[in-house]
Amino acid sequence: MQLQYFLLLAAALFCIGIYGLVTSRNAIRVLMSIELLLNSVNLNLMAFSNFLDPAQVKGQVFTVFVITIAAAEAAVGLAIVLSIYRNRDTVDMEQFNLLKW
Amino acid sequence: MNLADGVQIVSFALLAAMMLGTALGVVLLDNIVYSAFLLAGVFISISGLYILLNAGFVAAAQILIYVGAVNVLILFGIMLVNKRQDFVPVEKAWIGKAATALVCLGLFGLLGTMVVATPWTLSSAPIAGDDALVVIGKHFFSDFLLPFELVSVLLLMALIGAIVIARREYLPEEAAQNPQLTVPERPRELTTGGNR
Repeated sequence: MQLQYFLLLAAALFCIGIYGLVTSRNAIRVLMSIELLLNSVNLNLMAFSNFLDPAQVKGQVFTVFVITIAAAEAAVGLAIVLSIYRNRDTVDMEQFNLLKW
Repeated sequence: MNLADGVQIVSFALLAAMMLGTALGVVLLDNIVYSAFLLAGVFISISGLYILLNAGFVAAAQILIYVGAVNVLILFGIMLVNKRQDFVPVEKAWIGKAATALVCLGLFGLLGTMVVATPWTLSSAPIAGDDALVVIGKHFFSDFLLPFELVSVLLLMALIGAIVIARREYLPEEAAQNPQLTVPERPRELTTGGNR
């Protein structure tokens, strides 16, 4: 096994997440794309931790932090989506212009 | 992990194919419920990749937190806002999608050339393996103590903030009109003078 395989896989997952983040119409799918992005970063950190720093696994510590923050982000993001849905009666990203002039 | 190289390669290929396929399904499928279930597939295959990377604890945490908490939360969100409506089609939406796909492919090419061209200095230290859990715990309570405590405070803030944002609006004028607590099913006349 090589480090490059994991890094390429994480890069591919990151690009898929970016594509979904930009092109999704549904707000919940945007949240799912953000989870994909965070997971690709986690995969990078774990690969570096295993291949470059196997004795004291600081990459795994960082991954645990990122997982925690991702859980908090999902909770707050879904709360925001629910609140907007209650006010606007839609989850279409094209109609969310609350912060736009 | 004491697996042969061939076994590792084959399982890496299987997990990578599963992860990329389910991730593409998350992004591209029309039905969002299918996307949410495929997201669980992405998380599970990433957990398998963590096991290949000698990190059993983080793999277990990944399954517990992502599949058990985040994905279930997303499914609840889908069920709460599941309005069966077709989005109004935007004119020339394909231009945006094509441009995004182009940018993403370019980004992948950039990252790929960077990954391949960089001379990584691999470490030859002994792998922590199953002792990684002990090492992680020592990190948490020595040199990563401040981030650890900050993360706990952040989790509390996110908990309270999510409740505050998502709860229904309280109507103060209705409560001002009826200061006494009333049971809607049972009028007061029946409960107080029921024996007459």
